[in-house]
Amino acid sequence: MMSIMAPDSPSPPFEITETDDGKLTIMLSGPLNIKTASPILNALTAALKNKSLTAVTINLKHVSRVDDYGALVLYQIKNDVLPPDTDFHLLNPPDVLQTMLDQMAAGHSDSPGQPDATLSSKFILQTGEATIDTLKSIKEFIDFIGAIVLSVMRFLKNPKSLRTNDIIGYMKTTGVDGLPVVAMISFLIGLIMAFMSSIQLKQFGANIYVASLVALSMVSELGPIMTAIIVSGRSGSAYAAEISTMKISEEIDALVTMGFDPVLFLAIPRMIAAIIVIPLLTMFANLFAIFGGLVIGITMLDLSASSYINQTFNSLKLFELCWGLSKSFVFAIIISGVGCLRGFQARGGASAVGQAATSAVVTSIFLIVLFDSIFAVIRSYWN
Amino acid sequence: MTDNRAAGVSNLTVRYGDTLILDDISFSVDRHEIFVILGGSGSGKSTLLRQMIGLERPVSGEVFIDDINITRCPESQFSEALKKIGVLFQGSALISSMTVSQNIALPIIEFTDFSKKSIDRIVRVKLSLVGLEGYGHYLPSEISGGMKKRAGLARALALNPEILYLDEPSAGLDPVTAAEIDRLILDINRQLGTTIIIVTHELASIFAVAQRVIMLDKSTKKIIAEGTPEKLQTECDHPYVCKFFNRQT
Repeated sequence: MMSIMAPDSPSPPFEITETDDGKLTIMLSGPLNIKTASPILNALTAALKNKSLTAVTINLKHVSRVDDYGALVLYQIKNDVLPPDTDFHLLNPPDVLQTMLDQMAAGHSDSPGQPDATLSSKFILQTGEATIDTLKSIKEFIDFIGAIVLSVMRFLKNPKSLRTNDIIGYMKTTGVDGLPVVAMISFLIGLIMAFMSSIQLKQFGANIYVASLVALSMVSELGPIMTAIIVSGRSGSAYAAEISTMKISEEIDALVTMGFDPVLFLAIPRMIAAIIVIPLLTMFANLFAIFGGLVIGITMLDLSASSYINQTFNSLKLFELCWGLSKSFVFAIIISGVGCLRGFQARGGASAVGQAATSAVVTSIFLIVLFDSIFAVIRSYWN
Repeated sequence: MTDNRAAGVSNLTVRYGDTLILDDISFSVDRHEIFVILGGSGSGKSTLLRQMIGLERPVSGEVFIDDINITRCPESQFSEALKKIGVLFQGSALISSMTVSQNIALPIIEFTDFSKKSIDRIVRVKLSLVGLEGYGHYLPSEISGGMKKRAGLARALALNPEILYLDEPSAGLDPVTAAEIDRLILDINRQLGTTIIIVTHELASIFAVAQRVIMLDKSTKKIIAEGTPEKLQTECDHPYVCKFFNRQT
């Protein structure tokens, strides 16, 4: 027979007594709770590992208090530390202990982690879920278009139902507040384009064509697309975040029960505001980019301001301007529509708001580039 | 300072800007006690709770968790004090992107060195304790208000705190669910010996669980009554206390 005392540790003491026929008794004392559980478990695991035992008895006579972490120690010793064929007994267990041990043994799936799955089944599961989500998303997109059409008809029938004050507010937040960033980025883009193109054009004495290059590329292509991307990041995400917050806090349900059409109340004012201000922002973007080019023309290419401006006007046709603005009109519908749609689609808690905002920006940018390509194809056939 | 004090405040004054919320209030909560803070709407109950758990700092006065003065202690001691408490917020405050089990496991993973398997087992016990067996894999948005409260309670109990602070635990619940929460509070107090401090104005719950109550007054910003609920109902000195306990207008 031999005895082992617990090693020096903050844990309460325990004493192990082992007989020659492989029977072992552990006498625990003091509290067996969240503070002592981990050191006791580690010490007992080290003491019992690799021992060939026939029976283990844990005596709890001198244990002053047991909580669920204490129960965990006993459960783990029995199930994880000792071989399965070892006889395990508890002496003097408190009444609550057996309940806690039974709860630990319960087989329901409450694991904090994800359920285990094989790699192939996970792939099939994820593919299936992604397909269903995509189909649902397409259906919701079509539903939303239908809802917008109905809401437009409703407000045409009853123009008072449109919240004009909201439209003005959204025009300010989307347009006026967004102008400084659009202007600054466009100015820098004009500056960079003029500078980079001048390096090549200078060699052929074609400095004056820097003005044409900046004006044409900005007005028909870069102006609308750059403005759309900036507004999508600034305002499209804000639309999605605002509406999704209202959705998860049941404000939209409240609107419905009060007899409001949520699309007419929330989406249509935002869409109208965006449709008005995004083409205006695009025109400002073109203007500031041309100004950026002008700065390079005057300071680095020895061009006069009047010759640069004349060349800009000569190379631009009204068609180019209208083409660019019609693009920004379509982009405005995409940005505001997608922002509102993602907001209405939100489900769940706070994380849904972040997902809605991110998804609004990603989808908008994808659709902006897609529709820009469609515009390019149309134009090539038109010519 | 008393050895039996689990928590308390001393000469606490709280202002939001120029608005006085609490004026020079003092009380202490004994170990293993179920203590209820009462008061009408706007009397500063929730503000007092936020002060007691260290979310806000007072203009003057002291707040104690165990024997730690959390208004003056260094950050390390404040962290130690926080390990002694669990808090159930009014709206449960479960992290919406995590499942119920993940919410409960969060403090256990952070503050203990148990293996994942051990943590799963503890989570299972906590879920059973609050009657949510089988709901561990649900997101907070997928369960009812009463279940959210119980899940919040399980998370507050994750590290078996010495003191449990409950903000309106049965508000917005049906009487049966509210009674279940009350029974749970009594069980936790009895089985784990946890000191429980509750902010509420639900009369039924007060009579079901409270061992001692204090009542805050909106106009004076002070404590206007202290004692057992039964005593305050029958021997009230202050007209508002009488009205409150006897549901009069």
